[in-house]
Amino acid sequence: MNRVWLFGDDIDTDQIIPGRYSPYMTSEEELARYAFIEHRPGFAPNVEPGDIIVAGKNFGCGSSREYAPRALLRCGIAAIIAPSFARIFFRNALNLGIPLFEVDLTDQLADGDEVRLDLAASRLHTGRGPIELPRPPAFVEAIQREGGIVAYYQRRGRFPGESNGAH
Amino acid sequence: MAQTLSEQVLSSASGRTVYAGELVVVELDRVMTIDSIAPEVIDVLEHELGMEELPYPERCAVFIDHVAPAANVATAEGQVRARRFVKQQGISRFYDSGCGVCHQLMVEEHLVEPGMVAIGSDSHSTTYGAIAAFGTGMGTTDIALAFATGRTWMRVPETVRIDLTGQLPDRVDAKDLTLHLLRDVRADGFTYRAVEFHGVSTLSISSRMTLSSMTTEMGAKAGLSVPDALTRAFAPVPDWLAVQDDAIYLDRRVVNLGAVEPLVARPPRVDDVVPAGSLDDVTVDQVFVGTCTNGRLQDLRAAADILRGRRVAQGVRLLVVPASRAVLQGAVADGTLAVLLDAGAAVGPPGCGPCIGRHLGVLGAGEVCFSTSNRNFSGRMGSPQARIYLGSPQTAAATALRGRITDPRDV
Repeated sequence: MNRVWLFGDDIDTDQIIPGRYSPYMTSEEELARYAFIEHRPGFAPNVEPGDIIVAGKNFGCGSSREYAPRALLRCGIAAIIAPSFARIFFRNALNLGIPLFEVDLTDQLADGDEVRLDLAASRLHTGRGPIELPRPPAFVEAIQREGGIVAYYQRRGRFPGESNGAH
Repeated sequence: MAQTLSEQVLSSASGRTVYAGELVVVELDRVMTIDSIAPEVIDVLEHELGMEELPYPERCAVFIDHVAPAANVATAEGQVRARRFVKQQGISRFYDSGCGVCHQLMVEEHLVEPGMVAIGSDSHSTTYGAIAAFGTGMGTTDIALAFATGRTWMRVPETVRIDLTGQLPDRVDAKDLTLHLLRDVRADGFTYRAVEFHGVSTLSISSRMTLSSMTTEMGAKAGLSVPDALTRAFAPVPDWLAVQDDAIYLDRRVVNLGAVEPLVARPPRVDDVVPAGSLDDVTVDQVFVGTCTNGRLQDLRAAADILRGRRVAQGVRLLVVPASRAVLQGAVADGTLAVLLDAGAAVGPPGCGPCIGRHLGVLGAGEVCFSTSNRNFSGRMGSPQARIYLGSPQTAAATALRGRITDPRDV
Protein backbone atom coordinates (compact mmCIF):
# COMPACT_ATOMS: atom_id res chain seq x y z
CA MET A 1 0.00 0.00 0.00
CA ASN A 2 1.03 3.57 -0.59
CA ARG A 3 0.07 6.77 1.09
CA VAL A 4 -1.80 9.88 0.08
CA TRP A 5 -0.07 13.25 0.39
CA LEU A 6 -2.84 15.83 0.57
CA PHE A 7 -2.29 19.42 -0.60
CA GLY A 8 -4.53 22.49 -0.94
CA ASP A 9 -5.45 24.75 -3.88
CA ASP A 10 -2.99 26.68 -6.07
CA ILE A 11 0.18 24.79 -5.15
CA ASP A 12 2.76 26.77 -7.13
CA THR A 13 6.07 25.58 -8.52
CA ASP A 14 7.96 27.71 -5.97
CA GLN A 15 6.27 25.60 -3.28
CA ILE A 16 7.09 22.37 -5.09
CA ILE A 17 10.72 23.45 -5.42
CA PRO A 18 12.04 26.99 -4.97
CA GLY A 19 14.24 28.34 -7.79
CA ARG A 20 17.20 28.46 -5.42
CA TYR A 21 17.22 24.64 -5.35
CA SER A 22 17.09 24.21 -9.13
CA PRO A 23 19.61 21.83 -10.71
CA TYR A 24 21.19 25.02 -12.11
CA MET A 25 21.93 26.26 -8.59
CA THR A 26 22.67 22.87 -6.98
CA SER A 27 22.78 19.53 -8.80
CA GLU A 28 20.42 17.15 -10.55
CA GLU A 29 21.23 14.35 -8.09
CA GLU A 30 19.90 16.32 -5.15
CA LEU A 31 16.59 17.20 -6.80
CA ALA A 32 14.40 14.72 -4.88
CA ARG A 33 15.68 16.04 -1.55
CA TYR A 34 14.29 19.50 -2.28
CA ALA A 35 10.69 18.60 -3.15
CA PHE A 36 8.43 20.81 -0.99
CA ILE A 37 11.53 21.66 1.09
CA GLU A 38 10.01 24.85 2.50
CA HIS A 39 6.29 24.33 2.01
CA ARG A 40 6.27 20.88 3.62
CA PRO A 41 9.67 19.82 5.00
CA GLY A 42 8.34 16.39 6.08
CA PHE A 43 7.58 15.37 2.49
CA ALA A 44 10.96 14.55 0.93
CA PRO A 45 12.38 12.50 3.84
CA ASN A 46 9.22 10.38 4.16
CA VAL A 47 7.80 10.00 0.66
CA GLU A 48 7.94 6.43 -0.72
CA PRO A 49 7.93 5.30 -4.34
CA GLY A 50 4.32 4.66 -5.37
CA ASP A 51 2.83 7.36 -3.13
CA ILE A 52 0.31 9.69 -4.71
CA ILE A 53 -0.43 13.40 -4.41
CA VAL A 54 -4.04 14.49 -4.00
CA ALA A 55 -4.45 18.25 -4.31
CA GLY A 56 -6.90 21.10 -4.84
CA LYS A 57 -7.37 23.17 -7.97
CA ASN A 58 -4.69 24.76 -10.18
CA PHE A 59 -1.88 22.43 -9.08
CA GLY A 60 1.55 23.48 -10.39
CA CYS A 61 0.82 27.11 -11.23
CA GLY A 62 3.69 29.55 -11.75
CA SER A 63 7.03 28.98 -13.41
CA SER A 64 7.68 26.72 -16.40
CA ARG A 65 10.37 24.86 -14.44
CA GLU A 66 10.20 21.22 -15.45
CA TYR A 67 12.40 20.29 -12.51
CA ALA A 68 9.29 20.73 -10.34
CA PRO A 69 7.51 17.65 -11.74
CA ARG A 70 10.94 16.01 -12.19
CA ALA A 71 11.60 16.36 -8.46
CA LEU A 72 8.27 14.62 -7.79
CA LEU A 73 9.12 11.92 -10.34
CA ARG A 74 12.45 11.34 -8.64
CA CYS A 75 10.59 10.97 -5.33
CA GLY A 76 8.66 8.13 -6.97
CA ILE A 77 5.26 9.85 -7.03
CA ALA A 78 2.99 7.46 -8.97
CA ALA A 79 0.20 9.91 -9.84
CA ILE A 80 -1.14 13.37 -9.11
CA ILE A 81 -4.88 13.78 -8.69
CA ALA A 82 -6.37 17.30 -8.71
CA PRO A 83 -9.51 18.97 -10.08
CA SER A 84 -7.33 21.14 -12.37
CA PHE A 85 -3.70 21.64 -13.27
CA ALA A 86 -1.83 24.73 -14.46
CA ARG A 87 -1.15 24.26 -18.17
CA ILE A 88 2.65 24.23 -18.26
CA PHE A 89 2.83 21.87 -15.28
CA PHE A 90 0.29 19.57 -16.96
CA ARG A 91 2.38 19.43 -20.12
CA ASN A 92 5.65 18.96 -18.26
CA ALA A 93 4.27 16.11 -16.14
CA LEU A 94 2.72 14.50 -19.19
CA ASN A 95 6.00 14.81 -21.09
CA LEU A 96 7.82 13.09 -18.23
CA GLY A 97 5.23 10.31 -18.08
CA ILE A 98 3.72 11.18 -14.68
CA PRO A 99 0.05 10.09 -14.64
CA LEU A 100 -2.33 12.96 -13.90
CA PHE A 101 -6.02 12.62 -13.15
CA GLU A 102 -8.38 15.61 -13.24
CA VAL A 103 -10.84 14.99 -10.41
CA ASP A 104 -11.36 16.48 -6.96
CA LEU A 105 -10.73 13.85 -4.26
CA THR A 106 -9.75 16.28 -1.52
CA ASP A 107 -13.04 15.64 0.30
CA GLN A 108 -12.85 11.88 -0.08
CA LEU A 109 -9.29 11.23 1.01
CA ALA A 110 -7.26 12.37 3.99
CA ASP A 111 -3.56 13.00 4.31
CA GLY A 112 -1.82 9.72 5.16
CA ASP A 113 -4.62 7.49 3.85
CA GLU A 114 -3.45 4.13 2.58
CA VAL A 115 -4.28 3.58 -1.09
CA ARG A 116 -3.27 1.42 -4.03
CA LEU A 117 -3.31 2.78 -7.56
CA ASP A 118 -4.30 0.46 -10.41
CA LEU A 119 -3.09 2.56 -13.30
CA ALA A 120 -4.20 0.19 -16.06
CA ALA A 121 -7.77 0.26 -14.77
CA SER A 122 -7.71 3.99 -13.75
CA ARG A 123 -8.83 2.92 -10.30
CA LEU A 124 -7.73 3.92 -6.83
CA HIS A 125 -8.28 1.32 -4.09
CA THR A 126 -8.89 2.92 -0.72
CA GLY A 127 -9.87 1.71 2.74
CA ARG A 128 -13.45 2.71 1.91
CA GLY A 129 -13.65 0.96 -1.44
CA PRO A 130 -12.42 1.71 -4.93
CA ILE A 131 -12.63 5.12 -6.64
CA GLU A 132 -12.89 5.22 -10.44
CA LEU A 133 -10.58 7.86 -11.89
CA PRO A 134 -11.58 9.73 -15.05
CA ARG A 135 -9.64 8.50 -18.07
CA PRO A 136 -7.63 11.24 -19.77
CA PRO A 137 -8.18 12.13 -23.48
CA ALA A 138 -6.83 9.55 -25.95
CA PHE A 139 -3.75 11.56 -26.97
CA VAL A 140 -2.81 12.05 -23.31
CA GLU A 141 -3.18 8.34 -22.64
CA ALA A 142 -1.06 7.56 -25.69
CA ILE A 143 1.79 9.75 -24.39
CA GLN A 144 1.45 8.23 -20.92
CA ARG A 145 1.53 4.71 -22.37
CA GLU A 146 4.84 5.48 -24.09
CA GLY A 147 6.26 6.81 -20.84
CA GLY A 148 6.56 10.43 -22.00
CA ILE A 149 6.77 12.64 -25.06
CA VAL A 150 10.38 11.85 -26.02
CA ALA A 151 9.66 8.12 -26.24
CA TYR A 152 6.38 8.91 -28.04
CA TYR A 153 8.15 11.06 -30.62
CA GLN A 154 11.02 8.66 -31.10
CA ARG A 155 8.74 5.67 -31.63
CA ARG A 156 6.31 7.38 -33.96
CA GLY A 157 8.46 10.06 -35.56
CA ARG A 158 5.68 12.59 -35.10
CA PHE A 159 3.89 14.70 -32.54
CA PRO A 160 0.36 14.23 -31.21
CA GLY A 161 -2.03 15.81 -33.72
CA GLU A 162 0.36 15.18 -36.63
CA SER A 163 -0.69 12.71 -39.30
CA ASN A 164 1.53 9.82 -40.36
CA GLY A 165 4.30 10.72 -42.72
CA ALA A 166 4.04 14.48 -42.22
CA HIS A 167 7.39 16.19 -42.62
CA MET B 1 -16.08 30.35 -40.38
CA ALA B 2 -14.64 33.36 -38.58
CA GLN B 3 -11.57 32.92 -36.39
CA THR B 4 -10.06 34.49 -33.28
CA LEU B 5 -6.56 35.99 -33.57
CA SER B 6 -5.04 32.86 -31.98
CA GLU B 7 -6.88 30.61 -34.41
CA GLN B 8 -5.61 32.75 -37.31
CA VAL B 9 -1.99 32.60 -36.16
CA LEU B 10 -2.09 28.87 -35.42
CA SER B 11 -3.76 28.23 -38.80
CA SER B 12 -0.98 30.09 -40.56
CA ALA B 13 1.68 28.18 -38.61
CA SER B 14 0.10 24.77 -39.15
CA GLY B 15 -0.86 25.23 -42.79
CA ARG B 16 -4.53 24.39 -42.32
CA THR B 17 -7.61 26.17 -41.01
CA VAL B 18 -7.98 25.29 -37.34
CA TYR B 19 -10.35 26.16 -34.53
CA ALA B 20 -10.40 25.92 -30.75
CA GLY B 21 -10.18 22.39 -29.40
CA GLU B 22 -8.15 20.92 -32.28
CA LEU B 23 -4.68 19.49 -31.82
CA VAL B 24 -2.21 21.15 -34.17
CA VAL B 25 1.44 20.86 -35.00
CA VAL B 26 2.91 24.26 -35.75
CA GLU B 27 6.08 25.41 -37.44
CA LEU B 28 7.80 27.70 -34.97
CA ASP B 29 9.18 31.06 -36.00
CA ARG B 30 11.24 31.20 -32.83
CA VAL B 31 12.11 28.92 -29.92
CA MET B 32 14.13 30.22 -27.04
CA THR B 33 15.70 29.09 -23.81
CA ILE B 34 17.47 30.80 -20.93
CA ASP B 35 20.53 30.20 -18.77
CA SER B 36 18.72 28.38 -15.96
CA ILE B 37 17.00 25.91 -18.28
CA ALA B 38 19.54 25.64 -21.14
CA PRO B 39 21.68 22.94 -19.45
CA GLU B 40 18.59 20.73 -19.05
CA VAL B 41 17.57 21.39 -22.67
CA ILE B 42 21.08 20.46 -23.84
CA ASP B 43 20.88 17.27 -21.73
CA VAL B 44 17.62 16.21 -23.38
CA LEU B 45 18.97 17.04 -26.85
CA GLU B 46 22.24 15.19 -26.36
CA HIS B 47 21.31 12.29 -24.11
CA GLU B 48 17.66 11.55 -24.81
CA LEU B 49 17.34 12.62 -28.45
CA GLY B 50 20.94 11.90 -29.50
CA MET B 51 20.96 15.16 -31.45
CA GLU B 52 24.27 16.28 -32.91
CA GLU B 53 23.25 19.09 -35.21
CA LEU B 54 20.14 21.26 -34.92
CA PRO B 55 18.19 21.43 -38.19
CA TYR B 56 17.10 25.07 -37.74
CA PRO B 57 19.66 27.01 -35.66
CA GLU B 58 18.30 30.24 -37.19
CA ARG B 59 14.97 29.68 -35.39
CA CYS B 60 16.65 29.32 -31.99
CA ALA B 61 17.59 31.96 -29.44
CA VAL B 62 19.44 31.65 -26.12
CA PHE B 63 19.54 34.22 -23.33
CA ILE B 64 21.69 34.52 -20.21
CA ASP B 65 19.37 36.57 -18.00
CA HIS B 66 18.03 34.68 -14.98
CA VAL B 67 21.28 34.64 -13.01
CA ALA B 68 23.38 37.09 -14.96
CA PRO B 69 26.25 37.59 -14.35
CA ALA B 70 26.72 34.17 -12.73
CA ALA B 71 26.26 34.11 -8.95
CA ASN B 72 28.15 30.93 -8.09
CA VAL B 73 30.22 28.13 -9.60
CA ALA B 74 27.20 25.98 -10.52
CA THR B 75 25.51 28.78 -12.49
CA ALA B 76 28.83 29.80 -14.09
CA GLU B 77 29.33 26.25 -15.34
CA GLY B 78 25.77 26.09 -16.67
CA GLN B 79 26.46 29.26 -18.63
CA VAL B 80 29.74 27.86 -19.95
CA ARG B 81 27.73 24.92 -21.35
CA ALA B 82 25.18 27.27 -22.91
CA ARG B 83 27.92 29.34 -24.60
CA ARG B 84 29.65 26.21 -25.90
CA PHE B 85 26.30 24.92 -27.22
CA VAL B 86 25.38 28.09 -29.17
CA LYS B 87 28.85 28.19 -30.71
CA GLN B 88 28.77 24.51 -31.63
CA GLN B 89 25.28 24.77 -33.14
CA GLY B 90 25.83 28.08 -34.89
CA ILE B 91 23.03 29.85 -32.99
CA SER B 92 23.69 33.51 -33.80
CA ARG B 93 20.81 34.84 -31.67
CA PHE B 94 22.65 34.56 -28.39
CA TYR B 95 22.35 37.26 -25.72
CA ASP B 96 24.88 37.04 -22.91
CA SER B 97 24.92 38.60 -19.41
CA GLY B 98 23.99 42.25 -19.42
CA CYS B 99 21.88 42.26 -22.60
CA GLY B 100 18.65 42.00 -20.64
CA VAL B 101 15.56 39.89 -19.96
CA CYS B 102 14.72 37.33 -22.65
CA HIS B 103 11.15 38.54 -23.24
CA GLN B 104 12.19 42.17 -23.54
CA LEU B 105 14.91 41.25 -26.06
CA MET B 106 12.61 38.94 -28.04
CA VAL B 107 10.47 41.99 -28.83
CA GLU B 108 13.14 44.70 -28.84
CA GLU B 109 15.39 42.71 -31.21
CA HIS B 110 12.44 41.75 -33.42
CA LEU B 111 12.96 38.04 -32.77
CA VAL B 112 9.15 37.90 -32.78
CA GLU B 113 6.88 39.94 -35.00
CA PRO B 114 3.11 40.13 -35.50
CA GLY B 115 1.49 36.86 -36.58
CA MET B 116 4.45 34.68 -35.55
CA VAL B 117 4.47 31.72 -33.17
CA ALA B 118 7.22 31.65 -30.56
CA ILE B 119 7.72 29.40 -27.55
CA GLY B 120 10.12 29.84 -24.68
CA SER B 121 11.29 27.91 -21.66
CA ASP B 122 9.87 30.62 -19.43
CA SER B 123 6.26 31.04 -18.44
CA HIS B 124 6.11 34.74 -19.34
CA SER B 125 6.62 34.00 -23.04
CA THR B 126 2.99 35.17 -23.31
CA THR B 127 4.58 38.67 -23.47
CA TYR B 128 4.82 38.48 -27.29
CA GLY B 129 1.04 38.76 -27.52
CA ALA B 130 1.64 42.50 -27.08
CA ILE B 131 2.66 42.66 -30.75
CA ALA B 132 -0.02 40.17 -31.85
CA ALA B 133 2.30 37.17 -31.90
CA PHE B 134 1.28 33.86 -30.33
CA GLY B 135 3.79 33.36 -27.51
CA THR B 136 3.60 30.70 -24.85
CA GLY B 137 5.82 29.10 -22.23
CA MET B 138 6.76 25.44 -22.13
CA GLY B 139 9.09 23.20 -20.12
CA THR B 140 12.49 21.70 -20.82
CA THR B 141 11.38 18.66 -22.81
CA ASP B 142 9.00 20.58 -25.10
CA ILE B 143 11.66 23.20 -25.75
CA ALA B 144 14.29 20.54 -26.48
CA LEU B 145 11.94 18.85 -28.97
CA ALA B 146 11.28 22.24 -30.56
CA PHE B 147 15.03 22.88 -30.88
CA ALA B 148 15.33 19.42 -32.43
CA THR B 149 12.45 19.71 -34.92
CA GLY B 150 11.52 23.39 -35.35
CA ARG B 151 7.97 22.40 -34.45
CA THR B 152 5.71 21.80 -31.49
CA TRP B 153 2.21 20.50 -30.89
CA MET B 154 -0.57 22.16 -28.97
CA ARG B 155 -4.29 22.31 -28.52
CA VAL B 156 -5.82 25.41 -30.12
CA PRO B 157 -7.15 27.39 -27.15
CA GLU B 158 -10.59 28.86 -26.71
CA THR B 159 -10.41 32.67 -26.50
CA VAL B 160 -11.71 35.09 -23.92
CA ARG B 161 -12.25 38.57 -25.34
CA ILE B 162 -11.61 41.60 -23.14
CA ASP B 163 -12.83 44.96 -24.39
CA LEU B 164 -11.05 47.94 -22.87
CA THR B 165 -12.82 51.28 -22.93
CA GLY B 166 -11.65 54.75 -21.90
CA GLN B 167 -8.19 55.63 -20.66
CA LEU B 168 -6.10 54.86 -17.59
CA PRO B 169 -6.05 57.77 -15.10
CA ASP B 170 -2.84 59.57 -14.21
CA ARG B 171 -0.44 57.45 -12.12
CA VAL B 172 -2.43 54.31 -12.86
CA ASP B 173 -0.46 51.71 -14.80
CA ALA B 174 -1.18 48.76 -17.07
CA LYS B 175 0.01 46.69 -14.08
CA ASP B 176 -2.96 48.00 -12.10
CA LEU B 177 -5.21 46.91 -14.95
CA THR B 178 -3.77 43.39 -14.74
CA LEU B 179 -4.33 43.30 -10.97
CA HIS B 180 -7.86 44.63 -11.52
CA LEU B 181 -8.44 41.67 -13.86
CA LEU B 182 -6.76 39.17 -11.52
CA ARG B 183 -9.01 40.17 -8.64
CA ASP B 184 -11.95 39.02 -10.78
CA VAL B 185 -10.54 36.27 -12.93
CA ARG B 186 -8.37 34.69 -10.19
CA ALA B 187 -5.08 32.86 -10.70
CA ASP B 188 -6.64 29.98 -12.63
CA GLY B 189 -9.53 31.74 -14.37
CA PHE B 190 -8.04 31.64 -17.86
CA THR B 191 -6.29 28.23 -17.65
CA TYR B 192 -5.74 26.79 -21.17
CA ARG B 193 -7.39 29.92 -22.69
CA ALA B 194 -6.08 32.62 -24.99
CA VAL B 195 -6.95 36.18 -24.07
CA GLU B 196 -7.66 38.78 -26.75
CA PHE B 197 -7.45 42.44 -25.74
CA HIS B 198 -9.54 44.89 -27.77
CA GLY B 199 -9.53 48.66 -27.33
CA VAL B 200 -5.80 48.89 -26.60
CA SER B 201 -5.16 52.04 -28.65
CA THR B 202 -4.38 54.19 -25.58
CA LEU B 203 -1.86 51.63 -24.31
CA SER B 204 1.78 51.73 -25.49
CA ILE B 205 3.53 48.56 -26.69
CA SER B 206 5.33 48.63 -23.33
CA SER B 207 1.99 48.63 -21.47
CA ARG B 208 0.69 45.87 -23.72
CA MET B 209 3.76 43.79 -22.80
CA THR B 210 2.89 44.24 -19.13
CA LEU B 211 -0.64 43.13 -19.89
CA SER B 212 0.34 40.09 -21.97
CA SER B 213 3.00 39.02 -19.50
CA MET B 214 0.49 38.99 -16.64
CA THR B 215 -2.02 36.81 -18.51
CA THR B 216 0.28 33.97 -17.43
CA GLU B 217 -0.72 34.71 -13.82
CA MET B 218 -4.34 34.08 -14.84
CA GLY B 219 -3.35 30.67 -16.23
CA ALA B 220 -3.60 31.75 -19.88
CA LYS B 221 -1.74 30.11 -22.74
CA ALA B 222 -1.44 33.35 -24.70
CA GLY B 223 -2.58 36.97 -24.44
CA LEU B 224 -2.83 38.90 -27.70
CA SER B 225 -3.55 42.57 -28.23
CA VAL B 226 -5.47 43.37 -31.41
CA PRO B 227 -2.91 44.84 -33.84
CA ASP B 228 -3.30 48.52 -34.64
CA ALA B 229 -1.29 51.50 -35.90
CA LEU B 230 1.18 51.19 -33.00
CA THR B 231 1.74 47.51 -33.84
CA ARG B 232 2.30 48.45 -37.48
CA ALA B 233 4.76 51.12 -36.43
CA PHE B 234 6.70 48.35 -34.68
CA ALA B 235 6.63 45.84 -37.56
CA PRO B 236 4.49 44.83 -40.52
CA VAL B 237 1.25 43.04 -39.64
CA PRO B 238 0.29 40.21 -42.04
CA ASP B 239 -2.84 40.95 -44.10
CA TRP B 240 -4.57 37.82 -42.82
CA LEU B 241 -4.27 38.91 -39.17
CA ALA B 242 -7.31 40.98 -38.23
CA VAL B 243 -10.36 40.82 -35.98
CA GLN B 244 -13.16 38.81 -37.58
CA ASP B 245 -16.58 39.86 -36.36
CA ASP B 246 -18.17 36.46 -35.98
CA ALA B 247 -15.25 34.74 -34.28
CA ILE B 248 -16.38 32.56 -31.39
CA TYR B 249 -15.34 33.73 -27.95
CA LEU B 250 -15.79 31.63 -24.84
CA ASP B 251 -16.49 34.71 -22.78
CA ARG B 252 -16.46 38.50 -23.14
CA ARG B 253 -15.63 41.08 -20.53
CA VAL B 254 -15.57 44.85 -20.61
CA VAL B 255 -13.19 46.89 -18.49
CA ASN B 256 -13.49 50.65 -18.12
CA LEU B 257 -9.89 51.82 -17.85
CA GLY B 258 -11.00 55.04 -16.22
CA ALA B 259 -12.26 53.08 -13.21
CA VAL B 260 -8.96 51.29 -12.57
CA GLU B 261 -7.10 52.48 -9.46
CA PRO B 262 -3.64 51.72 -8.00
CA LEU B 263 -3.83 48.14 -6.73
CA VAL B 264 -1.56 45.74 -4.87
CA ALA B 265 -1.45 41.92 -4.72
CA ARG B 266 -0.82 40.73 -1.16
CA PRO B 267 1.45 37.73 -0.45
CA PRO B 268 1.41 34.89 -1.19
CA ARG B 269 -1.26 35.17 -3.89
CA VAL B 270 -1.22 37.12 -7.14
CA ASP B 271 -5.02 37.36 -7.01
CA ASP B 272 -5.37 38.68 -3.44
CA VAL B 273 -5.75 42.22 -4.70
CA VAL B 274 -6.60 45.34 -2.65
CA PRO B 275 -6.34 49.10 -3.21
CA ALA B 276 -2.81 50.41 -2.63
CA GLY B 277 -4.23 53.02 -0.28
CA SER B 278 -5.57 50.34 2.08
CA LEU B 279 -2.09 49.04 2.94
CA ASP B 280 -0.44 52.09 4.51
CA ASP B 281 0.28 50.09 7.67
CA VAL B 282 2.66 47.84 5.70
CA THR B 283 6.27 49.03 6.02
CA VAL B 284 8.81 47.82 3.47
CA ASP B 285 12.53 46.99 3.53
CA GLN B 286 13.14 46.70 -0.21
CA VAL B 287 11.48 48.14 -3.30
CA PHE B 288 12.27 46.47 -6.62
CA VAL B 289 11.54 48.10 -9.98
CA GLY B 290 12.29 45.82 -12.91
CA THR B 291 11.50 42.50 -14.70
CA CYS B 292 9.86 41.50 -17.97
CA THR B 293 6.60 42.77 -16.52
CA ASN B 294 7.61 46.32 -15.50
CA GLY B 295 11.29 47.00 -16.23
CA ARG B 296 11.04 49.08 -19.40
CA LEU B 297 11.96 52.73 -19.96
CA GLN B 298 8.31 53.75 -19.54
CA ASP B 299 8.32 52.06 -16.12
CA LEU B 300 11.61 53.63 -15.01
CA ARG B 301 10.34 57.05 -16.14
CA ALA B 302 7.06 56.57 -14.25
CA ALA B 303 9.03 55.82 -11.08
CA ALA B 304 11.45 58.70 -11.70
CA ASP B 305 8.61 61.20 -12.19
CA ILE B 306 7.49 60.49 -8.63
CA LEU B 307 11.00 60.36 -7.14
CA ARG B 308 12.33 63.48 -8.90
CA GLY B 309 14.15 65.73 -6.45
CA ARG B 310 13.34 63.49 -3.47
CA ARG B 311 15.04 60.70 -1.51
CA VAL B 312 13.71 57.28 -0.59
CA ALA B 313 12.75 56.83 3.07
CA GLN B 314 15.43 56.00 5.63
CA GLY B 315 15.97 52.24 5.82
CA VAL B 316 14.43 51.48 2.42
CA ARG B 317 16.57 49.88 -0.28
CA LEU B 318 15.43 50.81 -3.78
CA LEU B 319 16.66 48.40 -6.48
CA VAL B 320 16.24 49.28 -10.13
CA VAL B 321 17.05 46.64 -12.75
CA PRO B 322 16.46 47.74 -16.37
CA ALA B 323 14.90 45.07 -18.59
CA SER B 324 17.57 45.54 -21.27
CA ARG B 325 20.72 47.41 -22.18
CA ALA B 326 18.67 49.63 -24.51
CA VAL B 327 16.36 50.48 -21.60
CA LEU B 328 19.38 51.40 -19.49
CA GLN B 329 20.85 53.48 -22.33
CA GLY B 330 17.53 55.25 -22.75
CA ALA B 331 17.40 55.98 -19.03
CA VAL B 332 20.92 57.38 -19.15
CA ALA B 333 20.17 59.52 -22.21
CA ASP B 334 16.99 61.15 -20.93
CA GLY B 335 18.16 61.72 -17.36
CA THR B 336 15.86 59.11 -15.79
CA LEU B 337 18.79 57.21 -14.35
CA ALA B 338 20.24 60.34 -12.72
CA VAL B 339 16.87 61.02 -11.04
CA LEU B 340 16.72 57.46 -9.71
CA LEU B 341 20.33 57.56 -8.47
CA ASP B 342 19.77 60.95 -6.81
CA ALA B 343 16.78 59.42 -5.03
CA GLY B 344 19.03 56.70 -3.62
CA ALA B 345 18.47 53.80 -6.02
CA ALA B 346 20.93 50.96 -6.51
CA VAL B 347 20.99 50.00 -10.18
CA GLY B 348 21.64 46.40 -11.24
CA PRO B 349 22.81 44.93 -14.55
CA PRO B 350 20.01 44.44 -17.11
CA GLY B 351 18.39 41.03 -16.59
CA CYS B 352 15.87 39.34 -14.30
CA GLY B 353 17.41 40.76 -11.12
CA PRO B 354 16.08 39.39 -7.81
CA CYS B 355 12.68 38.35 -9.23
CA ILE B 356 13.46 34.64 -8.87
CA GLY B 357 15.36 34.95 -5.59
CA ARG B 358 18.69 33.67 -6.80
CA HIS B 359 20.89 36.75 -6.56
CA LEU B 360 21.06 40.56 -6.49
CA GLY B 361 18.54 41.28 -3.74
CA VAL B 362 17.52 38.01 -2.06
CA LEU B 363 15.22 38.57 0.93
CA GLY B 364 15.83 37.39 4.49
CA ALA B 365 13.25 36.07 6.97
CA GLY B 366 10.80 38.75 8.07
CA GLU B 367 11.71 41.18 5.28
CA VAL B 368 9.06 42.87 3.17
CA CYS B 369 9.56 43.73 -0.48
CA PHE B 370 7.38 45.80 -2.77
CA SER B 371 8.01 44.58 -6.30
CA THR B 372 6.92 45.45 -9.83
CA SER B 373 7.45 41.79 -10.80
CA ASN B 374 4.78 39.18 -11.42
CA ARG B 375 4.86 36.68 -8.54
CA ASN B 376 4.61 36.99 -4.77
CA PHE B 377 4.69 33.30 -3.87
CA SER B 378 6.29 32.23 -0.58
CA GLY B 379 10.01 31.78 -1.05
CA ARG B 380 9.97 33.35 -4.50
CA MET B 381 12.61 35.99 -3.71
CA GLY B 382 14.43 34.23 -0.89
CA SER B 383 13.29 33.25 2.58
CA PRO B 384 9.79 31.74 2.74
CA GLN B 385 9.31 34.06 5.73
CA ALA B 386 9.82 37.13 3.53
CA ARG B 387 6.73 38.85 2.14
CA ILE B 388 6.33 40.23 -1.40
CA TYR B 389 3.70 42.80 -2.44
CA LEU B 390 3.15 43.35 -6.17
CA GLY B 391 2.18 46.58 -7.87
CA SER B 392 3.04 49.23 -10.45
CA PRO B 393 6.27 51.24 -10.82
CA GLN B 394 4.32 54.32 -9.71
CA THR B 395 3.16 52.62 -6.50
CA ALA B 396 6.69 51.25 -6.01
CA ALA B 397 8.16 54.77 -6.20
CA ALA B 398 5.57 56.21 -3.79
CA THR B 399 6.16 53.30 -1.44
CA ALA B 400 9.94 53.84 -1.54
CA LEU B 401 9.43 57.52 -0.68
CA ARG B 402 7.23 56.87 2.34
CA GLY B 403 8.70 53.53 3.47
CA ARG B 404 5.23 52.03 3.55
CA ILE B 405 2.81 51.00 0.82
CA THR B 406 1.43 54.21 -0.64
CA ASP B 407 -1.09 55.18 -3.31
CA PRO B 408 1.03 57.07 -5.88
CA ARG B 409 -1.69 59.74 -6.16
CA ASP B 410 -0.99 60.67 -2.52
CA VAL B 411 2.61 61.82 -2.94
